Amino acid sequence: MRAVRGTSSAAEAGARFDVERIRRDFPVLQRKVHGKPLVYLDSAATSQKPKAVIDSLTRYYSEFNSNIHRGIHQLSEEATSAYEDARAKVKSFLNAAEEREIVFVRGTTEAINLVAQSYGRAFVKPGDEIVITAMEHHSNIVPWQLLGEQTGARLRVVPINDEGELLIDELEPMLTGKTRLIAVAHVSNALGTVNPVKRIVKIAHRRGIPVLVDGAQAVPHMKVDVQDLDCDFYAFSGHKMYAPTGIGILYGKSRWLEKMPPYQGGGSMISLVTFEKTHYNVPPYRFEAGTPDIGGGIGLGAAIDYLNAIDLEAAAAYEQEVLAYGTEVLSAIEGLRLIGQAKAKASVLSFVLEGVHPHDIGTILDREGVAIRAGHHCAMPVMQRFGVPATARASLAFYNTKQEMDALGRAIRKVREVFC
Amino acid sequence: MSELTDLYQEVILDHNKRPRNYQRLADANRSAEGFNPLCGDQLQLYVKVEDGVIRDIGFQGSGCAISKASASLMTSMLKGKTRAEADELFERFHRLVTSDAVADLAELGKLSVFSGVREFPARVKCASLAWHTLRAALEEKAEPVTTE
Repeated sequence: MRAVRGTSSAAEAGARFDVERIRRDFPVLQRKVHGKPLVYLDSAATSQKPKAVIDSLTRYYSEFNSNIHRGIHQLSEEATSAYEDARAKVKSFLNAAEEREIVFVRGTTEAINLVAQSYGRAFVKPGDEIVITAMEHHSNIVPWQLLGEQTGARLRVVPINDEGELLIDELEPMLTGKTRLIAVAHVSNALGTVNPVKRIVKIAHRRGIPVLVDGAQAVPHMKVDVQDLDCDFYAFSGHKMYAPTGIGILYGKSRWLEKMPPYQGGGSMISLVTFEKTHYNVPPYRFEAGTPDIGGGIGLGAAIDYLNAIDLEAAAAYEQEVLAYGTEVLSAIEGLRLIGQAKAKASVLSFVLEGVHPHDIGTILDREGVAIRAGHHCAMPVMQRFGVPATARASLAFYNTKQEMDALGRAIRKVREVFC
Repeated sequence: MSELTDLYQEVILDHNKRPRNYQRLADANRSAEGFNPLCGDQLQLYVKVEDGVIRDIGFQGSGCAISKASASLMTSMLKGKTRAEADELFERFHRLVTSDAVADLAELGKLSVFSGVREFPARVKCASLAWHTLRAALEEKAEPVTTE
C-alpha cells in the first residue's frame, strides 16, 4: 500500500479526485431506497459496478457470445481473444511476471480452496503446519481445516492485539521445519486492518516457506504489485473490485503452479485423454476445468480498464480522507465503540452500539437509505476475540462521500432514539 | 418512520431490554439450541414438560431485539400450555409474520406486537428462531436448529 495518510502529497492526490464525476459512472448510486437517496456502505460485501463493466457484459452477450478455446468460428475467436485479453490485463494490474501465472476462478474462496487442495495434496504431510492469523475470513480458515482433516496437518494462528493489529513478533517463533504455508489476509474484511504482507513474506522466505495472500479486500482500495510483495499466491474476487460476481483470480508463481496437480478434472485442463492415462495441460489451463464465466472474465477486464483510467492513487488517497472523516463522525456518537482501530486501515468501519444489536442497527439504517452489513462478517473468530456476537459494518469505496458519512451518523442517532 | 415504530413496538423494546424467563432451568427435561447463521443469533432453550404440559420454560443466548423479544414473549405465553396448544400458537404466529392475511389479533394475545415484522422480510427469521427451537426441543432433536 502506498503511504497515503497525513502526507501533503496524499492530500494533493486526494484533491485531484472528482468524486461527483465518478459517482455518475455507477448507475445504481442514482437510486432511492425507502424514499431516501441510497447511501451504499456495503462495498466490502460487494462493490457497485460502473457502467463500463455493465456495458461490457451486454456487448459480449449481444455481439460475440460463444465458447472459448474450442470453436474455429469467428465468434469463438472473438470471445477467446477477449477472455485472454482480460488475463493479460490482470497480469499487468497485479504486475505479475507472466500471463500463465493468472488462473481464472470463481472468486477468492475458490482460489484459496484450489491452493489448499492442489498445493496441499502435493506438499502437505501428516504433522505439517499451516499458519494463518486471528483475523481471517472463514474462507481462509475452513479450506485449511479441510486440508488438515485430509492430511493430518495442523492449523496455527498468529494472534492480534486490541486494535486489531497482527502481533507480527509472534509469527516468527511459530515457524518451524513443519510449516508448509502461511495464509494471510492483505486487508481484514471485519476490521479493515492492512497487514504488513511484504514483511511477512520476507520472514517466511528466509525459511523457504511460501505465502498465500487473501487480497479480496485489498485490490479494490490499493495498488497491488505481486512481484514487489514477492508473495507466492495472491487471491481475489472480481465482484469486490467493481467487476461482476462469479469471477476471481488466483495468482501463483510459475515455480509453484508447475508443480501442482489439477484441482478439478474436466475439459480444458487436459492435453490428451485416453481411458488408460490423461496428460494434464500446462498452467494456467491445468486449473481451469470446464467452461468458465466468460462474460465475468471480460467484465473483470473492463473493471481493470476503468481503474486504470481513474488514477487509483488519487482514489485511494481520497478514500482514506473519507474513512478518517467517518471515523470522527462515528467516534462522536455516545455509546458507539469502533471494533478495529489499526494504524494502517482501509475501507472498513466496524462498530457496536451499546444496548442495540447490530441487526437492529442494520434495519433502522436501511429505512434511512443507508446500506450496511450486520453480523459476524464470516469472521466468527474475530467476533470472539473482541467479545461481541456481531458488529455493524460500514465499508467504503472511492465513490462514497463525506456527506454520506454524515448521513450514516444521523441514521445511527435515529437508532439511539428508537432504543435508548 | 411508521413501519419502524410498528416493528419496534414498546412491548418489543421492553422485552429486549428486560427479557422474561432469561435463565437456565436446572430441572429442564427438554432443551435445544437454535442459530441464525445470517446474523449470528444464538439461543438455548430449556423446557420442563410433565404429562404433556409445559410446566416451565427458560432461555439464554444473544440476538437482536426481535429475536430476544420473541423468545421472551414466547416463554411468557407457554407456561401451562399443552404441546398441541403450543403448536397451534406457533402456526398462528408464523402466519402473522409471513402472510398478508388479516390475523386474528385477539387470538394471538401479546404476540400481536410482532405484526410489524411482515414488512421486514429479512427479520422473519429473527422472530421465528425461538419457535423453531421450541419445536426442536419438544421433538427432542439432538442437532442444533438453524434458520438457514
